[in-house]
Amino acid sequence: MTIEINGTPHDRAPRPGQCLRTYLREEGWFGVKKGCDAGDCGACTVHVDGAPVHSCVYPAFRARGRSITTIEGLATGGELHPVQRDFLGAQGFQCGFCTAGMIMTAAALTDAQRDDLPRSLKGNLCRCTGYRAITDAVEGRPAAVRPGAGSAVGANLGAPAGPQVVTGTARYTFDVDVPGLLHLKVLRSPHAHARILSIDASEALAVPGVEVVLTHSDAPDRLFSTAQHENEAEDPYDTRVLDEVVRFAGQRVAAVVASSEAAAEEGVRRLRVEYDVLPAVIDPELAMAPGAPLVHGDKGVAHGIVRADANVVGELHAGIGDVGLGFAQADAIHEATFRTPRVQHASLETHGAVGWLDEDDRLVIRSSTQTPFLTRRAVSRLFGLPRDRVRVVAGRVGGGFGGKQEMLVEDLVALAVLRTGRPVKWEYTRAEQFTAATTRHPFVMTVKAGARTDGTLTALQLTVLVDTGAYGNHGASVMHHGCHETVAVYRCANIRTDAHTVYTNTVPAGAFRGYGLGQVTFAVEQVLDELARMIGMDAVTFRERNVVRPGDDLTAPGAHVPDLGIASYGLDQCLDRMRAAAASPAAADGAPDGWLVGDGMAIAMIAAGPPGGHFADAAVTLLPDGRYELAVGTAEFGNGSTTVHTQIVADELHTTPDRIVIRQSDTDVVGHDTGAFASTGVVVAGEAVLRAARALRARILAAAGRSPSEVHFLTADAVDGIRLAGLGPLTGRGHFDGTPRSVAFNAQWFRVAVDPGTGELRILRSVHSADAGTVMNPLQLRGQIEGGVAQAIGATLAEHVDIDANGQVTTAAFRQYHLPTFADVPVTEVHFADTTDAIGPLGAKSMSESPYNPVSPALGNALRDAIGIRLTELPYTADRIWQAMQQLP
Amino acid sequence: MDLHTVTEVISPAGPGQWRPGDAWLGGGTALLGEPRPHITRLLDLAAAGWPPVTVRDDGVEIAATCTIAELASRLGRHGIVLQCCHAFLASFKIWNVATVGGNLCAALPAGPMISLSVALDGTCVLVGPDGGERRVPAAEFVTGEGTTVLRDGEFLRAVHFAPAALGSRTAYRRGSLHRHGRSAVLLIGRAEPAGGFSLTVTAATRRPYVLRFPGAPSAADLDAALDTIPGSQYVDDVHGRPIWRRHLTRHYATQIRADLLA
Repeated sequence: MTIEINGTPHDRAPRPGQCLRTYLREEGWFGVKKGCDAGDCGACTVHVDGAPVHSCVYPAFRARGRSITTIEGLATGGELHPVQRDFLGAQGFQCGFCTAGMIMTAAALTDAQRDDLPRSLKGNLCRCTGYRAITDAVEGRPAAVRPGAGSAVGANLGAPAGPQVVTGTARYTFDVDVPGLLHLKVLRSPHAHARILSIDASEALAVPGVEVVLTHSDAPDRLFSTAQHENEAEDPYDTRVLDEVVRFAGQRVAAVVASSEAAAEEGVRRLRVEYDVLPAVIDPELAMAPGAPLVHGDKGVAHGIVRADANVVGELHAGIGDVGLGFAQADAIHEATFRTPRVQHASLETHGAVGWLDEDDRLVIRSSTQTPFLTRRAVSRLFGLPRDRVRVVAGRVGGGFGGKQEMLVEDLVALAVLRTGRPVKWEYTRAEQFTAATTRHPFVMTVKAGARTDGTLTALQLTVLVDTGAYGNHGASVMHHGCHETVAVYRCANIRTDAHTVYTNTVPAGAFRGYGLGQVTFAVEQVLDELARMIGMDAVTFRERNVVRPGDDLTAPGAHVPDLGIASYGLDQCLDRMRAAAASPAAADGAPDGWLVGDGMAIAMIAAGPPGGHFADAAVTLLPDGRYELAVGTAEFGNGSTTVHTQIVADELHTTPDRIVIRQSDTDVVGHDTGAFASTGVVVAGEAVLRAARALRARILAAAGRSPSEVHFLTADAVDGIRLAGLGPLTGRGHFDGTPRSVAFNAQWFRVAVDPGTGELRILRSVHSADAGTVMNPLQLRGQIEGGVAQAIGATLAEHVDIDANGQVTTAAFRQYHLPTFADVPVTEVHFADTTDAIGPLGAKSMSESPYNPVSPALGNALRDAIGIRLTELPYTADRIWQAMQQLP
Repeated sequence: MDLHTVTEVISPAGPGQWRPGDAWLGGGTALLGEPRPHITRLLDLAAAGWPPVTVRDDGVEIAATCTIAELASRLGRHGIVLQCCHAFLASFKIWNVATVGGNLCAALPAGPMISLSVALDGTCVLVGPDGGERRVPAAEFVTGEGTTVLRDGEFLRAVHFAPAALGSRTAYRRGSLHRHGRSAVLLIGRAEPAGGFSLTVTAATRRPYVLRFPGAPSAADLDAALDTIPGSQYVDDVHGRPIWRRHLTRHYATQIRADLLA
C-alpha cells in the first residue's frame, strides 16, 4: 500500500519503528522539520487525511493508504495558501525553522480555535518572535512592504528569504540530499569526571553498517576552544576532539560512524568502556576551595587558564576610586546576593553538521553555525590543513542566540570525513542540546551599593562568580563583559569589582544572548531599585541622576579597550518612556480582584560590537543581467542582518531589493567575516556592505564617465542613460574592522499582578524602549525586541537547566524545560528613541542581544513592588513566589 | 522519533502475542516521544478496530484506543470530559493521535485521562494473554509514577463508566506553573446523585487519591481527609515544588467544596 504525499504516491515502505517525520524527509520533503522529535514543539506538523499531527510521534507505518500534506503541498496552482500569504505579509517568523509547522497548524484551525490562539498554538514553539508577529499572521494583519528604488532603508522590507520560509523551501543545515551519507553518533560519559582506561570497540565494529569507531587515540593531539572569537587568545585551549579524560557527564567518549543512524546507535550501545572515576566538583562555590578536585589540573597559564590549580579560568580584581569612602558617604546602603541558573538557547534547529570531500578533495562542512569563517580556521588548525583546503558553509540557520558561536560538532565531523573519505552527518538530538551543548553561564552575584538622599550613587561593589562548567569557552569573556556595561552606564566615583570564572565538572556554559550582561544587570538593577526605595526617590529619577551622559567616558573597573564611546545618546528618551508608563493608572490594566499589583523598570547598555576586533568583508557585483549580487559572510538565523544588508545595497545603488541576489555564510564568497555574534550584523557587516555598495557605485559611475558625486545619474536599471545590463560584471568591495564602537540603550517596564493564593504572576503590561540609532527596518527591529523580551521572560519566569548531585542534566526535553508558549508572552509595547549614531552605518546601532538584558531585573523590581519581597534567584515560578510569600510575618 | 531497535510491527495485535521486548502501541505519541532502546516489536492495538465509544444500558465504554479527539467530539458535551482533554500539556494535534488508554498506561501524575477515569469512578477493563478479562477500579489502576497494575502481556482494553457518571455534577480545578503548562495539581470534585461526595486528587500526587464523603463535607472534614495523603506522596519535580502542590491541593479543594455546596 502506498503513502500519498502532496498528491504523489510513494511506494517505499517505512521501517517498522520509523516515525512519519523521518520518512517524509527521506522521501525529500525537507519542509518537515525536527525541533524536538518528541511531540512537544510542532515544527514537524503535517496533515494526515486533512488532520494536523506532529509527524515525529506518528508511526510511519500507519500512513499507508493515507494522504499526507506537508508545507510543500499546501500551496495550490502556484498560489500561496492564504495562511502562507499572511505569514509572509506579517513576517510571522524570524529564523523560520518553526514556521512550516506553525503554518500547517494555523491552516487547520477552526474559527473557534482561532479565537483562542494561546490554547490552539500551545503545541507550536517559536524561540525567535515572541509570538506577536505570529498573531498578526494568523489574524491576517500584513505589515511588510515593497519599497521603491532608493527608499528601502527605514522601510518595513520583508526578509529576502521569506517566500522560501513560508513554502518550506528554505534550505537549513540538513535539508540537503548527500548520496552515500554516513551517520555519526557518540557515546557520552555517564560520569562527571573520569579517566578512560580502555574502550573495547570490537562488538560495535561487528554491527552491520558500522564503518569506524573513533576514540581519543584517533583524535589530533591538539587543544582548542569550542568558543569562536576573532582573537583566539580570548578563550583557553582546554578541549580535545576526543579526550582520555572526561570532565562532565555528557562529554563525548567515542564516536561511531555507520551507514544508518540505527547502526550508529547500536554501535554506541555496544561500546565497552572502562573508567577510572575521579572526584568531581559540581558546585561553583566549592570550586576554589582548597583541596577541590581540579578540572584542568594538567594545564596552566600557557593554555590561557589563570589559576588551573584553583579551577580559576579568569578573574578580575579592580577598582575605581575608593568604595570604602563611597559607602562612608552614603545615606543608604543595600547589599544582596543574586543567582541565575543555567538556561538553554533552545534554538529550534539543533546543532549539527554534514561534511564531505568535494571534487578537489577539499573538506567541506555544512554546519548550523554563526561563525563559518572562524570554524574554518579552527578546523584547519586542528587537522593541519591549509585554510584553502577547508570550506565551511551555513545554510539558513534555525536559530542561534549565541549557542552557535561555538564549534560543537564540526571538529568531529571533520575527523570522521577525513578518516572515512565519505560524507558524514551528525545531528544533535534535542536531549543532546540540553546535556551536551552549552548553556547560559550561571552566575552568583553579590552587589552592594550606596547612595545619598539627593540621589547620588556613591559606591558600587560587585562580587561575581561565574560557572563555566567543564570547559572555559567564553567563560572569562562573559565575566569581563558582564562586569563592564552594567556599571559603565552609571557615573559612580567609586566602583569595585571582584569576579571569578571557575571550572566545575558540569556541562559547559557558552555564549548566550547578552553575554553576561543579563546576569549582572539582574543584580545591579535590583540593588539600585532597592536603594531608590530606601532614599525615597522614584526609580526613573534615581537613574536619571546617575546615568552616563553624552560626552562622558564609559568607565568600569579593569583594563578595557578604549575604542568605546557614546556616539549617539537616547537613554534619556528611554527613561522618559519608563516614566510615562509608570504614570499610567494601574486600574486600567485589569488585575483580578485580590491580586497584588506592582510595577518596576530596569535599564541596560550594550557596546555595539565586541572589543578587540570584529572584521567583515563584503562585495557587491553588478551582474551582466543588470542585477546586483551581494556577497557577505554573515549567517542568517533570524537576526535579519540579510534584510538590512539588502536595504543598504538597494539604497546606495538606487535600486529595489528584488534586484539583489544574495550569497552568504560561505567561506568561499568573501575573504573573511568574524561572524554573526556580539550584535554585529548591522554595525560591522552592515558597514562593510555599505562600503562595498559605495565602491561599486563609484565604479559604475566611472564606467559611465561620471564622478562619484554625480549619484543622480544612477537609476534602478541605468546609469546616465546607459543600461546596467551589459555593463557588468563590476565589483565593489568593502571591509570594516569593527572599531570604533558606540553603545546602544534599552529600558523595560512591567506592571504585574500576583495571586497571593497560588503565587501566579501575570504580566499586565510590558513597555520597552530602545535606542538603536537609525531604525533601518522598524518591523524587523520591533520583532527583534519582542523576541528578546520574550526569551528573557522565559528565563525569568520559567527556564532552568537542572543538574543533579552527580552532575547529570535532569531537564533534557521541552516537556521538562518550559519554553515560553504563545500563552506565556504578553504583548510588549515597543518604542524607539530618535537618535542617529555617528559611527554605525547610516546612523544605526546594534539591537539583537540587548533587549533581553533589562527584562529580568524589571520583572524582579515589579514583583518586589507587588508582594513586598525581593526574590533574588531565578526563575520566578509560581511555587517559588508563593513559598517566598509564606515567610512574611 | 525513530525507534531504531524495532524490527517488526504486529498490526492488528491481540491477546497472547506479547513477549519480552514488545510494547503495546496505542496512538504512539508517548512511545515515540522518548528513546526506547529495549523495544523490539510494536503490538498495534489501534488497528484492532474497537469502536471508540459504546453506549449501552450499563453505561459508557470508552475503548483504550479512542483518541482524545474522538473523546472530545463524542462526549465533550459533558464539561468534565472537555476540561480533562484541555488539561493535556499536548495540543489538539496530539489529540488526533493520542489515545485514552495510552494516557492511562503512561501513568504520569499529570495524565488527565487518569483524572477523568478516577473522578467518574470508572472501571478499567484489562485483557490478559489468554484473552480473559480482569476489571480494576480506575482509582487502583495507577500505582505510582509510571507504574500500573498491568501484568506482562496484559493490555488495557477499555474504561467503563456507570450510566449516570458522565452526567454527574463536578467541579474542576487545575494548577500549573504556566497557563497552559503541565498540570501540577488537578482536582475534581463530584457530587453523586445519591448524595455522596468525592474529591479526586491527581497530578499533585504520585498516584491518584480519592477522598470520599457520605455527604458534603465540612471544611474540617475536608481538611482531615486531605491530611491522610502523606506528605511524601506529593510529586517533587520541575513542574512544581511539593509544598506548593500540597498547598494548592488544599486551596482548590476548598474552592471545589464551595462550588459543589452552592
